[in-house]
Amino acid sequence: MSIKNLDITFKTNAGNIHAIRGVNFDLPRGKTVALVGESGSGKSVTMKAVTGLLDSNCIINSGNIFYNGVDLLTLSKKDLRQKINGQQIAMVFQDPMTSLDPTMTIGAQIMEGMLLHQKISKSDAEKKALELLNLVGIIDAEKRMKNYPHQLSGGMRQRVVIAIALSCEAKVLICDEPTTALDVTIQAKILNLIKDIQAQMGLSVIYITHDLGVVAKVADFVNVMYAGKIIETGTVDEIFYDPRHPYTWGLLSAMPDLETDDARLYSIPGSPPNLLHEPTGDAFAARNQFAMKIDEKAAPPMFQITETHFAATWLLHPDAPKIELPPELKARLERSRKAAFLGDKA
Amino acid sequence: MALLKVINLRQHFKISRSFTVKAVNGVTFEINAGETYGLVGESGSGKTTIGRSIIRLYNPTEGKVFFDGKKISGNLDAATNKMLRQNMQMIFQDPMSSLNPRKKVGDIIAEGLDIHKLYKNLKERQEIIAEILKKVGLSPAHAERYPQQFSGGQRQRVGIARALVMNPKLIIADECISALDVSIQAQVVNLMKDIQDETKCAYLFIAHDLSMVKYISDRIGVLHKGYLVETGTTQEIFSNPAHPYTQSLLSAVPQPNPRVEKNRTLLTYNAENVNYESCTMQQLSDTHFVLT
Ligand SMILES: Nc1ncnc2c1ncn2[C@@H]1O[C@H](COP(=O)(O)OP(=O)(O)OP(=O)(O)O)[C@@H](O)[C@H]1O
Ligand SMILES: Nc1ncnc2c1ncn2[C@@H]1O[C@H](COP(=O)(O)OP(=O)(O)OP(=O)(O)O)[C@@H](O)[C@H]1O
Ligand SMILES: [Mg+2]
Ligand SMILES: [Mg+2]
Repeated sequence: MSIKNLDITFKTNAGNIHAIRGVNFDLPRGKTVALVGESGSGKSVTMKAVTGLLDSNCIINSGNIFYNGVDLLTLSKKDLRQKINGQQIAMVFQDPMTSLDPTMTIGAQIMEGMLLHQKISKSDAEKKALELLNLVGIIDAEKRMKNYPHQLSGGMRQRVVIAIALSCEAKVLICDEPTTALDVTIQAKILNLIKDIQAQMGLSVIYITHDLGVVAKVADFVNVMYAGKIIETGTVDEIFYDPRHPYTWGLLSAMPDLETDDARLYSIPGSPPNLLHEPTGDAFAARNQFAMKIDEKAAPPMFQITETHFAATWLLHPDAPKIELPPELKARLERSRKAAFLGDKA
Repeated sequence: MALLKVINLRQHFKISRSFTVKAVNGVTFEINAGETYGLVGESGSGKTTIGRSIIRLYNPTEGKVFFDGKKISGNLDAATNKMLRQNMQMIFQDPMSSLNPRKKVGDIIAEGLDIHKLYKNLKERQEIIAEILKKVGLSPAHAERYPQQFSGGQRQRVGIARALVMNPKLIIADECISALDVSIQAQVVNLMKDIQDETKCAYLFIAHDLSMVKYISDRIGVLHKGYLVETGTTQEIFSNPAHPYTQSLLSAVPQPNPRVEKNRTLLTYNAENVNYESCTMQQLSDTHFVLT
């Protein structure tokens, strides 16, 4: 799948919000791509565009979403629903309650899609639903099939939604914060499960999360999003051991690691730009301690670092001054390279 | 004196004749005024249920709960009920389903203020809303929007604002930061700490993310299958975890390091043959207890 130059605006009482400002994004077959970035940066909206589930107050200004050569944005809602969603592309939504029907038992909900799209008998569907519930770590699965969503805990609901997504045997799985409500042990179990399925069936996965520990575990490639744009993209090693965008530096610094004791939590200063007003220059400039004059005037293009690694910051311009990384970040990167036995150079 | 006392709380749900979920089993703990008590444990271990039983969304099957010296389990008179609704607030785990989609965010936040008439005029009401929105990192203009026009993390902050605006003595925060990205998690945690310094409110902070719990909690309780298996100060739980379940939780925290993470095997704790019902709480220090 490949997203080209996607640009989306929302109409609201207060004015137009330019939420997605030219997003490019590739999902290679059989790989896992993570999408990370601050709350409100546009991660969910981008993925809703893929599945044709954008709210009615949105305008798609431009862009293409190619899937197997077809531009999904040109398909009708009906075609998307009948041929793509739930068969080719499955999505796990951020808020599990919104994708579950409160009036149906979870067993019926897991079987619904299978019965609709796959040539499968009711008893086989039931068997498969049970198996999936077991796989996502739900104990007493047989009894739980008869539960309604409100009778489950938050994390159990999230796992039911994952089971539904896996039941369609889609080619692309989009997970929007699928494990935020899960404790670390169950989270690990589910991440491994998705990996196994991926290895068996060549599933391609897009993973939206703010948990960099999860990204480190699952991703092959990472896209970092800020204010409606991808500002850095690379392999998982490139992003974690050799990040180049100051926003990515901030994200990595904000992740508490259990070793650094008792310091007050680092948070990136300031707040994201209000997209009611189009930012001039680099949208991150106001929060960037390394911002230069040019950052206020022009938005930086993507500079290429390696064949796979790109970042949109003027710091990568050949004429930019060389800068010293903040000492804490430098120490942290060194620590993490050392733990990965990479020596000093990534 | 403890602000909240939970004594031997049990909460069972009868699903059918042959199936009862024993969500919470004889849990006892206290929260002091102005303190933060972190409650951690695996999915389905009963964390949300404890919160909901305390705030009386459920009727406890067994056990007693005291708040500010008053018994709040069992039948409540109107005065106690009112006291409870003003002084105890809950931030819910599932932000979308707890926010009315047909109401503007400003009105959602002001609901409690409206019920208890906590402002002089509409101008003051508006000012209070604007102030609290700014505090949680949103802007006053957001008051005019509807919940579905927000991102997941922004919605979560609306839920936080709705609780904070009442100035309660106890806030039950159920996974209130897990939908937020790290940088905003840090902001919200720092904000909750600042508000605590200012108003001396107490938190029951429910979470599964141990690294964040560590930063906010004074004491921590670890829940497993509806039993409180260990409780102690944050220091005790992190540097001297006694229960094998606590140890496995601590070992599984993912590290932001791809090569380390991809080669890691987890310490797992198999509790299938453990019968917690026959275990007793053992005291390890003034503040540290473990179920053995
Ligand atoms: N229906 C809508 N109307 C108006 N604005 C919207 C609508 N849906 C989303 N937005 C805005 O678009 C921006 C991007 O939202 P999106 O949900 O993609 O964020 P996100 O990156 O997924 O954040 P989070 O991590 O908090 O889930 C936000 O500023 C949000 O307020
Ligand atoms: N209203 C209800 N009716 C029936 N069973 C319920 C109800 N609420 C919770 N339960 C059950 O009680 C148990 C504990 O659920 P609870 O929501 O307290 O877990 P939790 O620790 O908050 O988990 P999570 O981290 O996944 O949110 C679960 O087995 C759940 O299915
Ligand atoms: Mg989102
Ligand atoms: Mg819960």
